[in-house]
Amino acid sequence: MSTHAATEDIFAGSDDVQADRVYLAQGGDWEDIAAEQAERGDETIVVNMGPQHPSTHGVLRLILEMDGETVTSIRPGIGFLHTGIEKNMEFKTWTQGVTYVTRMDYVAPIFNEAVYCLAVEKLLGITDDIPERASVIRVLMMELNRIASHLVAMGTGGMEIGALTMMTIAFREREMILDFFEAVSGLRMNNAYIRPGGVANDLPEDGLEHLRTVIDWLKKHLPEYAGFCNENPIFIGRMSNVGTLDLTASMMLGVSGPPLRSTGYGWDLRKTQPYCGYETYDFETVTWASNDSYGRFRIRLQECWESLKIVEQCYERLQNLQGEPVMVADQKIAWPAQLTVGPDGQGNSNEHIRHIMGQSMEALIHHFKIVTEGFKVPVGQVYMAIESPKGELGCHVVSDGGNRPYRVHFRDPGFNHLQAVPAMCEGGMMSDVVVSVASIDPVLGGVDR
Amino acid sequence: MSELPPEENLPVAPEETEVAPVFETRKGMWSRGSSDTSGYNGLVRHLTMPGQSEPPFGEPFDSIRNRALELVPALADALFLFDRGELTIYVPREQLLDVARVFRDDAHLRFEVCVSVSGVHYPEETGSELHSVVHLLSYTHNRRVRLEVTCPEADPHIPSLAAIYPMVDWHERETWDMFGIVYDGHPSLTRILMPDDWQGHPQRKDYPLGGVDVEYKGAKVPAPDNRRSYS
Repeated sequence: MSTHAATEDIFAGSDDVQADRVYLAQGGDWEDIAAEQAERGDETIVVNMGPQHPSTHGVLRLILEMDGETVTSIRPGIGFLHTGIEKNMEFKTWTQGVTYVTRMDYVAPIFNEAVYCLAVEKLLGITDDIPERASVIRVLMMELNRIASHLVAMGTGGMEIGALTMMTIAFREREMILDFFEAVSGLRMNNAYIRPGGVANDLPEDGLEHLRTVIDWLKKHLPEYAGFCNENPIFIGRMSNVGTLDLTASMMLGVSGPPLRSTGYGWDLRKTQPYCGYETYDFETVTWASNDSYGRFRIRLQECWESLKIVEQCYERLQNLQGEPVMVADQKIAWPAQLTVGPDGQGNSNEHIRHIMGQSMEALIHHFKIVTEGFKVPVGQVYMAIESPKGELGCHVVSDGGNRPYRVHFRDPGFNHLQAVPAMCEGGMMSDVVVSVASIDPVLGGVDR
Repeated sequence: MSELPPEENLPVAPEETEVAPVFETRKGMWSRGSSDTSGYNGLVRHLTMPGQSEPPFGEPFDSIRNRALELVPALADALFLFDRGELTIYVPREQLLDVARVFRDDAHLRFEVCVSVSGVHYPEETGSELHSVVHLLSYTHNRRVRLEVTCPEADPHIPSLAAIYPMVDWHERETWDMFGIVYDGHPSLTRILMPDDWQGHPQRKDYPLGGVDVEYKGAKVPAPDNRRSYS
């Protein structure tokens, strides 16, 4: 343990005035630093947490001003994972854009794809033409993804307060869901599965049996989380009355999703502004009127069950929709190939290859044109919002009538929610900062885009 | 055969119903910037935001419009554009704060939350190149409305909504960072995604994407922003 007691300002340049003493905490006890600082009698201590800190859910930087162990001021710094996704999309076709957006909030990729595709479809005016089977598959994938995302939130949130088992079991369940994603789309994450007009390809032949095993697995194992945590005195002690944000504060800070519902206000876009046919599914909006991190945990846990209810309804519907199309009928928009899993992984189906290579010159030209040039979207702008696991995920799309977006902007819930961190943490203990940040579940890929 | 000179022998153009400003003019139909042998090179298209500017828009948008006009008479000259089920109000920047305050406080409007502020750069729309697009949401009435504010590139100032909608703090910082729109009255308008010492505003259309050419099997693939594009 070295606190560099003898060092004054090691970050000052050779010509700079020495400003303040620097303490380096690399392992060891916070107590020692606090004691040393108390001895020196500095008024406050500034702690730089992150961007490479394991409990910041990515590369979030938190700058804390401390009085002893009490946080007097906290400022989040973001931008370390900014990859220019919005700018890049302006140089790619509308369909290629899906590959970019899926990488934003990488814990909930399906939602990024869904909101983008729904916005593009609204611009194209084909919202009502999406085949029912495609919509059901979208809902299925979104709800499974919601469970996976909530599991990560609960698992990592638990791990950060020492409940390591929460993490191991959450990732175990999540892996079952990701296995299903892999069977359907070819990839565990960054699926690029939902496309403008529908979904990339239909479920595999044994897709529904596989889904059944996932449902059964989740039904068997989801009760464990409640058993571990709901009444656990340590868990409640760490989570209760921590990171409080009441309804007024939530409204003023634009907070949505589980943090808003933890104030007892039942705002869920799936119910209030339904899309993808959510109004036809039977599920409840989960609320918990405690304003704190514990309430957010309970909401996430209960939402997993509600999502599972929706998944089961999708399972039944998909059985009745066997063989129906999963892509819009308009060939000028629909991606031309039916993908199939060949011996070498993924590829185009033999029938499609035979058709374009051996039978129809026009089909070949069309295939070439739609893959290279893509389709054009009429001039205009739309804003589409869906309920992602974190809150309102919005997408503002502007088209100039071309085959590429003119401007795409994403309103990521995490980006908005991180503004609430000072309101949640200031005046509290340092150890509660991690709990508070975890309770809004930011994913920095989405925050920084 | 008509004896009219060719310039008088053109089909009657549909009546100009464009109300929104033209934000870009395009020529030809196919590739941009390459020689076009299709004969469509002379085709000129004026791009403008589509939509209906006169009511009825259908509920609840008519009542939003009527209530807004009642409370802010200065909006009478503003453009209301209804398109694809969404209402956009083009608010002059001088009136933005009045409009936002009324939209938040009035019981019939009650847009409690500004969910998003995003910028758009229309380099050809002279005099109002930069747009700040504000999306408002009403929990009480369960509806949305979009306010669009413009400013010229030479004077990129728009009043900040932070005093009315505190949650726009970071959204406005992002729009400043990406587009260089200065939000007057913002408590701390600093860069948020790019490094503090960054030069330029990356989301502007004249800011290059960057990237390098890639050589593949002897052929050179240009960087994405230098590839052929379709108009």
